[in-house]
Amino acid sequence: MLRFAVRRLLGAIAVLFAISVLVFLIFNVVPATNPAQRIAGKNATPQLIKNVEKEWGFDKSLPEQYWTQMKLIFTGEATSYSLAHINIDERILEGIPVTASLCIGAAIIWLAFGILLGYISAMNAGGLVDRFVTVIALIGISMPVFWLASIFLYYLTYKVELFPASGYEPLSNPGKWASHLILPWISLAVLFAGFYSRVLRSSMLDVMNEDYVRTARAKGLSQRRVTVRHVLRNSLIPIVTLFGLDFGVLIGGGAIITESLFNLEGVGYFTAEALGQQDFPSIMAVTIFGAFFIVLFNTFVDIAYAYLDPRIRLGTSAV
Amino acid sequence: MPPESENPGTEAPIPIGTGALDADLGIGPDGAGVVEAAPGEAGPGGGPWAVAWRRLRRNKVALFSLAVFLLIVICCLLAPVWANQVAHTGPNTTHTLEKLHVGGEVREVVEPSGKAIGPQWFEAGGKFFLGADGHLGRDEMVRLLYGGRSSLFIGIVAALITTILAVTFALLAGYYGGWPDTIISRAMDVIWAFPVVLLGISLGIVLAVGGLVIGPIHLKSSSLWIPTLIIGVVYTPYMARPLRGEILALREKEFIEAAIAQGASGFRIMFVELLPNLLSTIIVFFTLNIANNMLLEAVLSYLGAGVQPPSSSWGTMISEGFQALYSQPILTIIPGTAILLTVLSVNVFGDGLRDALDPKSKVRFEARAGTAAEMDNPI
Repeated sequence: MLRFAVRRLLGAIAVLFAISVLVFLIFNVVPATNPAQRIAGKNATPQLIKNVEKEWGFDKSLPEQYWTQMKLIFTGEATSYSLAHINIDERILEGIPVTASLCIGAAIIWLAFGILLGYISAMNAGGLVDRFVTVIALIGISMPVFWLASIFLYYLTYKVELFPASGYEPLSNPGKWASHLILPWISLAVLFAGFYSRVLRSSMLDVMNEDYVRTARAKGLSQRRVTVRHVLRNSLIPIVTLFGLDFGVLIGGGAIITESLFNLEGVGYFTAEALGQQDFPSIMAVTIFGAFFIVLFNTFVDIAYAYLDPRIRLGTSAV
Repeated sequence: MPPESENPGTEAPIPIGTGALDADLGIGPDGAGVVEAAPGEAGPGGGPWAVAWRRLRRNKVALFSLAVFLLIVICCLLAPVWANQVAHTGPNTTHTLEKLHVGGEVREVVEPSGKAIGPQWFEAGGKFFLGADGHLGRDEMVRLLYGGRSSLFIGIVAALITTILAVTFALLAGYYGGWPDTIISRAMDVIWAFPVVLLGISLGIVLAVGGLVIGPIHLKSSSLWIPTLIIGVVYTPYMARPLRGEILALREKEFIEAAIAQGASGFRIMFVELLPNLLSTIIVFFTLNIANNMLLEAVLSYLGAGVQPPSSSWGTMISEGFQALYSQPILTIIPGTAILLTVLSVNVFGDGLRDALDPKSKVRFEARAGTAAEMDNPI
């Protein structure tokens, strides 16, 4: 088990390194324009451009450039010139509580609804209820977040002032905090709830035909106990995997659209802001930050999985 | 198990899930290797394709969705007809200072306050059917149709690119194993670990600034091909990994051994023996991919990393419309609804298709999560 964990962690570090190289190449080799000038912003003086060139290492060879830039990003010294000279890493750190508030709340909603709908759907497989839930789930999966968010913002905060318009309130005032977040939570959760209910449904239908479920029935356990303790519990494994990945993406700043539509100044909002200014250093930093969380959660999930299922750590599973 | 339980659309079971066949569906407990019923192992009443078609035909909701999708495609293809014959304007033509004569009444296309005219339906003979798009006074309906062309183009062509890349990589990695597999799989792992949206916007914003130059091909930053290529590339691992898993399982089957024994070339085994067995999975993936692509296009365009002006798409229309959300919510809701309807129709049809072709329905889950086990390179 320990060997597996160490191997997985080493793999994760290698992937992170590869990602940082890929990001570096995307932002430094692909564009045809002068990078220092772009970083310095639109109205930069020649002196500023020269400073940027030195700071970001554009006068050196590519490997040295990579090293200089990663050092700036990882030591927290990278400054954004296009966005009012803010410190990029500080801005990302400031955004984390906002992003975490959004993601954790949304995650609770989507897990609750996803599991509930999936369970109902699987229990009535083929019936009318199942069809109805399927359609609801597919609508959720197909819904662009803009659409739902616009309707919420227009009808529930503007036409009928049911909720405060937007913006983030710190957790120190929980009521206000929640009232500002409830619409973003729902907007973000709808897609995942729909998707998870579909996954759970098909996973439960698979598990229901396993031998050990038949054994449980044969032992004379009540139907309820069989479905909840035996079927549902084992069907949740794919949900756990998915959740690890999705949550990693969102906490790493993946909820860009939701955050910018609702003016929640989290990591995703910062990404949208940086994109608007075409501020490459900020986008680079945010991307590496996001990838870091994904790889981290990916690794956790794999290790947890291997812990739960010995077939995986012994490498005899597939085929 | 009877696979029919997976299919809400069929009441009467179709005898494909006979015991003999079930034993053949070699499904690992982790779902790494899903083996389709190979063509030729037909149940009574035609081959598996005929059975699938019969299942699909019974799923009226899926067929209805296909019809809706085709209708949307046709409408968007007819955009120039609407623009020239009905609205008499182009998608980028401004009408800021013009006045509209509706039944003896004169209406300004854009009021001095900057508020644009609302939907006129057929009152003005089809002009400004859905109103104008803000202070520039462009015809919203014409823009919607032209924007739909871009969005659908990106959705479908990017899905084609993903399919071609993913099938090629999966065949090479899955069939040859060894170092081609290691290189391809590791490269896929890296892209996989990259959040799709972040990779998309990174590439999008970089190429939006300078365009793309590959050898003799020069793509301008406003070219639709740039977002199309980006979306096609970023989704490739999501299709290639499950396909590779399937190939790994298929490779151990007797018919491949037989082909090798007969001295078939690698090329022949990959494209003549393996590929037909992957077709049903590929078709399902391709369909669902179109839906994902269109949603990603909207996200990228909204963030300024997708379709660039003067081209427009449903994503750019939302982005422009959102700025006037409180004065004219309709400008956000119209393109948003267009995306919702199109994506929903593709998803519902894809779902029906999957029920018909792949009753075990492992595809969806693997498409997003992959399998943890698969990473450990089983063979």
